Amino acid sequence: MTENNTVAAGDVPQLSPLYLLRWEEPQQAHVMLYPEGVVKLNETAAAILLLCDGQRTAAEIIADLNSRYTSADVSAGVYRFLETSHAKGWIRIKS
Amino acid sequence: MPKAGSGLSLDGDRIPMWLVLELTYRCPLHCAWCNNPLDFDNYRNELSTEEWKRVLREARAMGSLQLGFSGGEPLLREDLEELVGEADRLGFYTNLITSGIGLSRERLQAMKAAGLKQIQLSLQSSDRAITDSLVGAKAFDAKLAAAREIKSHGFPMVLNVPICRQNIEQTEDILKLAEEIGVDYLEFANIQYYNWALLNRSEFLPTRDQIAMAEAAVARARERLGKRMTIYFVIPDYFDERPKACMNGWGAIHLTIAPDGSALPCQEARVIPGLEFPSVRDAPLAWIWHESPVFNEFRGDAWMKEPCRSCPEKEQDFGGCRCQAYLLTGNAANTDPVCAKSPEHHLVVDAVAEAAVPGRRRRPIVMRRRDSVNTMFMGCGG
Repeated sequence: MTENNTVAAGDVPQLSPLYLLRWEEPQQAHVMLYPEGVVKLNETAAAILLLCDGQRTAAEIIADLNSRYTSADVSAGVYRFLETSHAKGWIRIKS
Repeated sequence: MPKAGSGLSLDGDRIPMWLVLELTYRCPLHCAWCNNPLDFDNYRNELSTEEWKRVLREARAMGSLQLGFSGGEPLLREDLEELVGEADRLGFYTNLITSGIGLSRERLQAMKAAGLKQIQLSLQSSDRAITDSLVGAKAFDAKLAAAREIKSHGFPMVLNVPICRQNIEQTEDILKLAEEIGVDYLEFANIQYYNWALLNRSEFLPTRDQIAMAEAAVARARERLGKRMTIYFVIPDYFDERPKACMNGWGAIHLTIAPDGSALPCQEARVIPGLEFPSVRDAPLAWIWHESPVFNEFRGDAWMKEPCRSCPEKEQDFGGCRCQAYLLTGNAANTDPVCAKSPEHHLVVDAVAEAAVPGRRRRPIVMRRRDSVNTMFMGCGG
């Protein structure tokens, strides 16, 4: 990819309209469905992507997750995941 | 026959994640690479609406997720919208796989309302005359109109271009056309040589030079387009040294139901003689998938012979394609001869070399029509 996939605190990530994110009972997991593919998400990935609603900034997503998960600050991991998701085309960034 | 670039990151655990319903073998086109059986006209006993709905319920209960409505041309079923609606209610991700012929605005609106998630449209060339001659019908204008309607209704869209010698040099123009239409996924699906395509193999196989040029055009387009359009281009397996991981393994994640209700581990499986394909009319789908002899025939690796049995890569490619092994070597349990380790790899190498001989006599292309193979089949053994 030649594009820059970095995500900044003020960026507003939104799930790409090509992807459908939903709970799949038989898999006991969230899955992302798209043309010709399925991705099974682990709990953390699903928690982040569910917040990529085109309203919250990356900083707000991190604040939300920090309030729910009491372990160490999640920000580095969340930025890494958002950047990977952006590179894969799962999310788009609204500026 | 897995699609190029099919992504599946689920630990399938023997769930038929991928369900394809071939609603009918009827089709207004006559594509000479059609993967329907050569004797498709003998399978006229199509499942009813209620029978298809029962298949959908049973498959969903087993965990099927991705659903393709295919054919033939699925739009020829007047109950398509009803089946899409039922599938959507059950929680499938619904895909329509169509030639675009008959895809009117009204039907698009009805399918959108019924919950259809995405549409895969086939296009054979950026050129009207070449498209129409390859499919044996005046189709180009209708396909292009369908493509634009699909995008105007906001569907994610895969444009599927079956690649052969006759259109591979238009790769650049096809890329531009797809970009202009606003295609989300462009799939250059190199023709795979089964059924009608195998009859016509010597005329369809591209040359290595053609493939290299097309790959270069794709690389330039990826550079230019970035994430705006995802482009799949996988070289035909005949030009490879290792076989494709066909269907991700026999009876692993893929289930096709033919128009007459026969359950198949892949669309082509009927070419293998001696296998009995149970019908959803006669047995529960769960029994067919888990217990029936045919779905267990090539599951796992107990059926493998050498060189597959001791091969360190057998978990990656499952020995390749059973149908191709049968069609080319006469035994479905042999290593797919695409593999350089196969003692019969020369069959593939020779076919590629023969097709590329300059100035050789061309054979007429056999179009997909009723009874058109009865006389031709005997002359096309090689």
